Amino acid sequence: MSNRLTHLKELEAESIHIFREVASEFARPVMLYSIGKDSSVMLRLAQKAFHPGRIPFPLLHVDTSFKFREMLEFRDEYTARIGATLIVHRNESALADGANPFRLGTQKCCGLLKTRSLLDALTEGGFDAAFGGARREEEKSRAKERVYSFRDGAGQWDPKSQRPELWNLFNGRIDKGESIRVFPLSNWTELDVWHYIHLENIPVVPLYFAKMREMIVRGDTLISTEWGPRLLPGETPQMVMCRMRSLGCTYCTGAVRSDADTVPKIIAELVGMRRSERENRVIDHDQEGSMELKKREGYF
Amino acid sequence: MALLEATGAVPNIDEFLEQDQRKGLLRFTTAGSVDDGKSTLIGRLLFDSRGVYEDQLAAVRNSTLNRSSGPIDFSLLTDGLRAEREQGITIDVAYRYFATPKRKFIIADTPGHEQYTRNMATGASTAELAIVLVDARNGVLPQSRRHAFIAALLGIPRIVVAVNKMDLVDFSAEVFARIREEFDAHLKRLGIPAAYFIPVSALEGDNVIVRSPRTPWYEGESLLEHLESVPLDHGATERPVRFPVQYVIRPDLDFRGYAGQIVSGIIRPGDPVMVLPSGRTSRVKSIVSWEGDLAEAFAPMPATVCLEDELDISRGDMLVHPGKMPYVSRHFEAIVVWMSAEPLKVGQPYLIKHTTQQIAATVTSLVHRVDVNTLAEAPADRLELNEIGRVALETARPLFFDAYAANRATGSFILIDPIGNGTVAAGMIQEPRREPDADRAARAALLDLEFQASRLTSAERYARAGHRPATIWLTARQELAYLLERRLFQRGTQVHVIAGEVESPILPELAALLTAVGLISIFSGLTLDAAECERARERVGADRFFHFDPENLAASDEEAAEQILAALEDREVLPRTRFTEQEGI
Ligand SMILES: Nc1nc2c(ncn2[C@@H]2O[C@H](COP(=O)(O)OP(=O)(O)O)[C@@H](O)[C@H]2O)c(=O)[nH]1
Repeated sequence: MSNRLTHLKELEAESIHIFREVASEFARPVMLYSIGKDSSVMLRLAQKAFHPGRIPFPLLHVDTSFKFREMLEFRDEYTARIGATLIVHRNESALADGANPFRLGTQKCCGLLKTRSLLDALTEGGFDAAFGGARREEEKSRAKERVYSFRDGAGQWDPKSQRPELWNLFNGRIDKGESIRVFPLSNWTELDVWHYIHLENIPVVPLYFAKMREMIVRGDTLISTEWGPRLLPGETPQMVMCRMRSLGCTYCTGAVRSDADTVPKIIAELVGMRRSERENRVIDHDQEGSMELKKREGYF
Repeated sequence: MALLEATGAVPNIDEFLEQDQRKGLLRFTTAGSVDDGKSTLIGRLLFDSRGVYEDQLAAVRNSTLNRSSGPIDFSLLTDGLRAEREQGITIDVAYRYFATPKRKFIIADTPGHEQYTRNMATGASTAELAIVLVDARNGVLPQSRRHAFIAALLGIPRIVVAVNKMDLVDFSAEVFARIREEFDAHLKRLGIPAAYFIPVSALEGDNVIVRSPRTPWYEGESLLEHLESVPLDHGATERPVRFPVQYVIRPDLDFRGYAGQIVSGIIRPGDPVMVLPSGRTSRVKSIVSWEGDLAEAFAPMPATVCLEDELDISRGDMLVHPGKMPYVSRHFEAIVVWMSAEPLKVGQPYLIKHTTQQIAATVTSLVHRVDVNTLAEAPADRLELNEIGRVALETARPLFFDAYAANRATGSFILIDPIGNGTVAAGMIQEPRREPDADRAARAALLDLEFQASRLTSAERYARAGHRPATIWLTARQELAYLLERRLFQRGTQVHVIAGEVESPILPELAALLTAVGLISIFSGLTLDAAECERARERVGADRFFHFDPENLAASDEEAAEQILAALEDREVLPRTRFTEQEGI
């Protein structure tokens, strides 16, 4: 049995295979880099896939301008350190028009600053394949997502045009103007991701680790004050020992009370707690099945 | 995931990580007809192994679309897309994840609906085990047979039959035994030696996680116990080396690594390899990885292989063990599962994706269609969506393949519609059939060359040429063929090579002719088949015919050439240049 891989090595093998297929079969791939833990794992897998060569495609960060400062610092430092090419894209015209979550509500805000912005960046760069860090286990509607997810000329996802995927033979044929999203982490769970980060010593944004942070406490949700969201009557910011379970924009990312300040402690929390990680993202509660709507519109 | 709770103890996190790190992964698929209780069973596995996160459960409780009353509808846990939720049926393959302290699992959950053979084939393609559900009240239905057939077709090594709803038949040992007997007979016909039968109640949890006191007559494992203990070894490392080159890594002029996934076998530095299609040989210089150079890499590891020699290798080529070659041919037969609403048409152009090659292919004939319910084979002129048939294919360039039954990775392919770009079929290559001897003889007779025998004797020829004529038959090893030609030429012989993608049926006749005129002729092709070799031996005469199997030849061309020269001397085709000590000089 020594010639049998552990589950993490098997997942790693599968992901590396996907990276190499896409790099071989597509003219202009790009990796969507969201700075979160899944992106960190994707980056490491890409490094492994092309070692000792460099990662043969750029990283693209869609910056809504509402990201945490620590995320941006980490992004710039880490991508420079590993010698990756980074493209940062913002929907400047929407921002100039004053797009923000307080005015527009989270759905519209995401639509403009993430979805629209992402589609524009992909069109501008002429990218025909974009790696994303989504995992099937993350959310119910993703359980059926393909590894290669097809988008029409407008970047829209149509459940009916998705192709069956057998063995590890991916069909990457597209026509001009069409593109695919590729999910090399499809079969990874949140626990796998953290365990891999632990084993491989992969750097992640410090926001994942617990420390005293200034927060607005709203019911069970902790909201960062970093961008000065509007306070409801009776609310005052407080210092709370907490951390982020997933990273989005400052307004939409809730924190959880925690004293987990190391990766093993985070894993201990995870295996004891069993709350799905998007729970503390405000956006998912907007409407049942909201991820699915976003996906149809072109968001991940 | 409350593994900690499940095991009772609360070990420290380091122990947990240590344990989690060593776990293996089992991918399995589930098949059942509508209402057999598949969603309930999967829901229970996920729920009871605590793979269902609490808040997702809360979402199910709140769901406005809840279709049945009762405590918790487990099947809602496993439903996905909005459209499907509204229709109340699942129409696609969904992947689920759960883990226990012993193993991690990936379930490819496929719907049992009549029309969705293609989904089951998709889910089965990556599975090492299939759970086939049978409703204890209904017994073995045509659908159950179909599920078993598809599992067998897709080469799933292990099958578990979960006889569900045992609570509705009073946990009757007789009902279970009857279903088992009937299904077992069917499975045997499909070539599945030993399926594992478990009586369960998905709804009430009997024999799902733990053994049930309500089936005292059942002595086997619970479903989860079985999933946790079934051997994971799929034997890929024992099969011959197959390494399809996926990507060439060339960061600078000094480094050239061939990246890919080892789909079978084990590779170590120093191992001989042959490159297909060129037939060139070399040795593994190193296996480079992020973690440093590796002493070995085995299937299904990704690897970056550097070779001793500078060869021209690109994506689509394959590195193999020189002694254990795959088939190399542009022609083969396969069973295909048709997955497109547009029916299969003979003669229409498709693209085939096989390992890392993607090239033009045509279906040259539809041998027969297989009825998925009765397994009957019948002639057909087209295949519709969800139909299965045996076809003959021709590809623009040779593929390097094994039969699917021998190697899932090199025996599988998909067909792509070059216009619509969709995946239209999944295929499993079959062991090549030998042409019936009668057909072969008839074809050879057509090629018989009638010519008057020469009036020169072989003794006269020998006196002039200084050597006897011979035919040397090599499989692949084109470079060796040319090296040998050079060596023989240097020794003053009349020699000639016929090499390349020779797939001509007249090679044996040609060999006979060239030998008759006194030449040493070397035939080297990737696709010289055994039957042709035998016919050539007959035509040329056994004493003048030399067949060298790659398995018996040294991997290096130099050494192999010496081996062959020695053999020619031994059989006195060439005058001796080497003598044993006893012979003295
Ligand atoms: N009595 C009983 N009912 C069951 C059992 N398993 C499933 N069912 C019921 O059978 C129906 C169909 O189950 P479901 O899981 O949706 O079937 P699927 O179509 O195969 O996914 C539901 O009403 C379940 O509650 C069982 O073991 N015993």
